[in-house]
Amino acid sequence: MTALIETIGVSKAYGSFIALDGVSLAVARGELLSIVGPNGAGKTTLVNVLTGLLKPTSGTVRFKGEDIAGIGPVALAKRGMARAFQLVHIFPAMTVAQTIGVAVVSHSSRSLRMFASVASDASLRSRVREVAAIFGLDTKLDTQSRLLSQGEKKLLDIASAFALTPEVILLDEPTSGVSSGDKHSIMKTLMEAGKHAGVQAIILVEHDMNLVAEYSTRIVALKEGKVLADLPPDQFFNNPEIVAAVVGKLVGKMSQRVA
Amino acid sequence: MSARGLNTGAAGTKETGANRLRRHTMLLVMVAIAVIVLAAFPHFAQPYYVTLVLPAFAYAIALLGFNLLFGYTGLLSFGHALFVALGAYGAAVLTSKLGIKSFEVILLVSGLVAVAVAIPVGMLAVRYVRIFFGILTLAFGMLFHSFLFKFYNLTGGDTGIRVLRPALFGNEFTELDKTTFLIGPFYYYCLALLVVLGFAMWRIVHSPFGLHLTAIRENSRKAEYLGVRVRLFRLAAFLISAFYCAVGGVILAINVGQADPETAYWTHSGELVFMTVLGGFANFFGPLVGAFVFIFLKSELMSLTQYWRFFLGVTLALIVILFPRGVMGVAQDLWSKLKNMR
Repeated sequence: MTALIETIGVSKAYGSFIALDGVSLAVARGELLSIVGPNGAGKTTLVNVLTGLLKPTSGTVRFKGEDIAGIGPVALAKRGMARAFQLVHIFPAMTVAQTIGVAVVSHSSRSLRMFASVASDASLRSRVREVAAIFGLDTKLDTQSRLLSQGEKKLLDIASAFALTPEVILLDEPTSGVSSGDKHSIMKTLMEAGKHAGVQAIILVEHDMNLVAEYSTRIVALKEGKVLADLPPDQFFNNPEIVAAVVGKLVGKMSQRVA
Repeated sequence: MSARGLNTGAAGTKETGANRLRRHTMLLVMVAIAVIVLAAFPHFAQPYYVTLVLPAFAYAIALLGFNLLFGYTGLLSFGHALFVALGAYGAAVLTSKLGIKSFEVILLVSGLVAVAVAIPVGMLAVRYVRIFFGILTLAFGMLFHSFLFKFYNLTGGDTGIRVLRPALFGNEFTELDKTTFLIGPFYYYCLALLVVLGFAMWRIVHSPFGLHLTAIRENSRKAEYLGVRVRLFRLAAFLISAFYCAVGGVILAINVGQADPETAYWTHSGELVFMTVLGGFANFFGPLVGAFVFIFLKSELMSLTQYWRFFLGVTLALIVILFPRGVMGVAQDLWSKLKNMR
């Protein structure tokens, strides 16, 4: 079974600071890979390399067997990888329908149709409605994005990425800034949507270990730019050393917050 | 940039299909009324006021293009007088130097020249956004202005070049004197041009292409990840805006009978921005209204006082402070208040 995405010995240095140091990992079809690690471990850099935004200093990054080092987000979207951001990225003044429409337009290569009408394109509208329905946004199609609740904005951000019908979707802390009650419902919606949209693999960057434990099929732990562990969840959480190395700080933080 | 959607009215953050249909019908009726009033205008107004409408047509067309770049794509240019001037000098060179009189050919050639110039300028400029884009376009505009002064043989230096009367669909209307030609056949030709180019722009901003432009304005990073080719589309908007500005420039120059280097001066670029803000860049029709209000306001102020520039400046300051959404914003607010009172 060939990997859908793989990195081989990927390093990324910013001057003398080494953000990634020889990272090798592979994601196969059907997997949900979680990337965990303390702040500054290189998660964001890795995500940027995986989405073709950053060119690694050395090493290879392949998607469906093709080199995607630094090809940029637009080319990547065309090849079937989508990304949702940690901080909500929306189009504030555009409606929910328009936002999802942007992705549908690019996916269906309609973007150069200069004199066609968006409003009277029935297939576009039905696709927008379909995607919105998966994320429970179909009652808010004509609402401006800036007026949505925080959770809805998050869903819209992810929904627009799903509208590209990607094979792989990269979720950078999809539940950050969302109340813990909403976290599970967002993750459930995501899993459901993934199945529905034919997503073949999900890469998840997440701090919340409960979510990681519940949804991952595999966990990659980063520390100081290196892969510390690459294990299925049961083995990962049964290894106190690794958990301490990765989560220790976080648990510390959380207990402080509770106290 | 103020918040605004492609299909959203003033208070309309949520609307149903039936509502949208009603709004579109009303819009169509209002546009039809405006066109009828403009068509009838030469019959009841004094010729002086009719000649004022011609530059308003010219600016309305130029600003349709300018606002695709500014209002829809989010790029504020301070150098678009460059393209207006290219249109004006295109008309001058074609009529005076090359003896080409066909208005259709003049429009097309001048527009395409502007697009050709806009390709390298745009490719450089759209690499930047916000103030950097503004400054870069300003710089190109000033470059062209000094070019007009330096290359005297080609451009006529500070006196410019005369623009001869064009032939409309092959007809020169030699039996008409200058003013009769301008406020007669030429007036109606330009009105038709405004309607046609206005309709084309309406289609553009409501097309999938226009949707992507708006996405770029709202959040270019997110747009990229949704497969929007940000730079290419910014450039496309830039080229379209250059074409529209050149068409406006052709009309301006024919109206005055002269291509003047002042057309390329940076204050003229500023006037384009002024008119757009005055009318309201957040509305499709804002720049059109802005062009008409500006021309008549300027003419009235000039006849009242020699300090008209001061009063124009005060007007702009007041608009930005009190009515950032311009004349159309105020109109929309009044309209929704009226509707709520009923």
